[in-house]
Amino acid sequence: MRSSLIVKITREQVVEKLLLAVACSAIMSLLLIAVFIVKEGAPFLVKVGPRDFLFSSDWRPQAGHFGIYPMIVASLWVTLGALLMGGPLGIAGAIFLTEFAPPALMRVVKPAIELLAGIPSVVFGFIGVMVLAPLVRAYAGGPGLSVLAAAVILGIMILPTVLSIAADAIASVPQSFREGALALGATRWQAVHMVVLKAARSGILAGLILGMGRAIGETMAVIMVAGNAVKVPHSPLDSVRTLTANIALEMGYATGMHRQALFATGIVLFIGIMLLNGSAMLVMQRRKGKT
Amino acid sequence: MKLCTLAMMGVTGLLLAGCGRNADSVTLAGSTAFQPFAEKLADEFMAKNAGANITVQGGGSAVGIQAALSGAAQIGMADLVELPAEAQALTSYVVARDGIAVVINPANPVTNLTLIQIRAIFNGATKNWKDVGGPDKPITVVSREEGSGTRSSFEKIVKGITLTQDAIVQDSNGTIRETVAQDANAIGYLSHGLLNDKIKAVTVAGAPCTTAAVVAGTYPLARPVFLLTKGPATGASKAFIDYVLSADGQKLIADNGLIAAQ
Repeated sequence: MRSSLIVKITREQVVEKLLLAVACSAIMSLLLIAVFIVKEGAPFLVKVGPRDFLFSSDWRPQAGHFGIYPMIVASLWVTLGALLMGGPLGIAGAIFLTEFAPPALMRVVKPAIELLAGIPSVVFGFIGVMVLAPLVRAYAGGPGLSVLAAAVILGIMILPTVLSIAADAIASVPQSFREGALALGATRWQAVHMVVLKAARSGILAGLILGMGRAIGETMAVIMVAGNAVKVPHSPLDSVRTLTANIALEMGYATGMHRQALFATGIVLFIGIMLLNGSAMLVMQRRKGKT
Repeated sequence: MKLCTLAMMGVTGLLLAGCGRNADSVTLAGSTAFQPFAEKLADEFMAKNAGANITVQGGGSAVGIQAALSGAAQIGMADLVELPAEAQALTSYVVARDGIAVVINPANPVTNLTLIQIRAIFNGATKNWKDVGGPDKPITVVSREEGSGTRSSFEKIVKGITLTQDAIVQDSNGTIRETVAQDANAIGYLSHGLLNDKIKAVTVAGAPCTTAAVVAGTYPLARPVFLLTKGPATGASKAFIDYVLSADGQKLIADNGLIAAQ
C-alpha cells in the first residue's frame, strides 16, 4: 500500500514536470526563433539603416539595393483587402447561423465552413490561379494576378477563422440579453444588432484579429495569386509582392547581404504582427472596460 | 516511468532511422528547366541499376550551385551562359544545350520579335503590343526570379535588361508557362524543352526556337546545361553523370526536346 502511494506521487510529479517542460518548450521555441531572426537580420539593419530599408522602393538585391517599402505596402493592401472580403461575410454568416438559422442547419453548415480551414493553402492558390485570376483579367482588366485576386482568396481562407470565433462569441451572449431586448419591444434584428452584437464584440474582434494574422502570414497562396511584381500598387488590379512572398521566393538562392536582408524582412514582419496584435488587444481591453 | 523512457527511446530510434542514408543515394538540385529531364534520366537510371536511389529537386540554378557547394546535393544543376565565380570551385560537366524560347499566348498574332524589341519590352519601354505589330493591348511581362539560370542567361544574351517593375515574377519554368497560357497579353521566356501547344514561341530575329537552329547557332538564345559536383564526381554520382553523357542518356535528352551536348 505505502510503496504504491509513493510511486503514485512520484509518477504524478514526473508527469507534472514533463508537462511544465512541454509548456516551456513552446515559449523557448518562440524565443529561439526571435533571437535567431534578430541575430541574422540585425547586422544588416545596422549597416543599411532602417530608413533606407523600410522606405526605399528600390529592391534589386544583386545590385545592392534593398528597399522593402513596396512589399510593406503590398502586405497591408492584401491583408486589408482580405479583411474587407472575409470580415463582413464571416460576421454576417455567424449572425445568421447563431441567431436565425434552424439548429439543424447550423449543425451542418458550421462544420462545413470549418472544414475550409483544413484545405491546404496551395489548393486555394491553385484555384486562384486557374479560376479567379482569369476572371479578374477578363472582367476588371490588368494582369489578373493582382491584389484583388489575392484579397478574395485570402478572404475565403480567413472566413472559417472569423466565422467560427464570431459565432462562438455570439452564442455565448446570455439568453437573458435577448429576452430583455425583445421584452422592451425590439424586433429580432434590433435585438441582435443593438444588444447581442454589442455584447459579443470583443469576441468578434478577436476573430477578425486572428483572421488578419492568418492573412498577413499566408505565403503559398499569395505567391501563386499576387503576381510578385516588386512595385508599390496604385490600384487593386496591380500585381504585388508581399513580405512573406519576398522571403519565400528568394530564400533559396540568397547569400550574404541578400540573405541578411531577407532575415531583416522577417524582423519587420515579426514586429508588424506583434504591433497589430498588441494594439488590437489594447482596443479589446478598453472596450471591455467601457461596457 | 519505464514506459515513458521506452517510448522516448522508440521515438529517438525512429528519428535516427529516418536520417540514415543509403550510400548509393544521390540528390540533384537546381535548374527548374532541366529538372523534368533529370527526373526522366533518374527514372531510367534507377530502372537499369537496382539499388540506385536518385532524388531530383528544383530551386533554380543558383540553388543548384549553392547546394553543390554546401553538400546539400551531390549534383547541382545549372543552366547559365557562364558559371559565376563561386562555381569555379566545382567540377562542371556540360550535359546538354538548351534554347530559351520567348513565348506568348497563342491568341496573340505576333510571330517575330527582334532582340531590340525584346529588350524594350522587358525594360518596360514598350508597353503595348501594337508597337511590335500586335493588337492594341497592354503587354504583361512575366519573368523569373533573380536566382534563375534561365533569367540570367536570358538577360545576358539579350543585354541591357533592367527588368520593368511591372513584371510579374514566377519562380519556375512551369508557372511561367501556365501564366502565359492563361493571359492573352503575356510574354515570358522558358526552356525550349518545355514548350507545348498552350503557348506559342516567337521567332527571334527570324530564327525559330528549334533544335536545328540552336545547333546551327542561328537562334541567339541558347545556353549550356551544367551538372556540378564538388570535386570530380565519384561513386553513384559519377555513375549517374556517365549515364547522362552516354549515348542512351543523350538520346533521352534529345528525344524529350533538349539538345544533346555531343
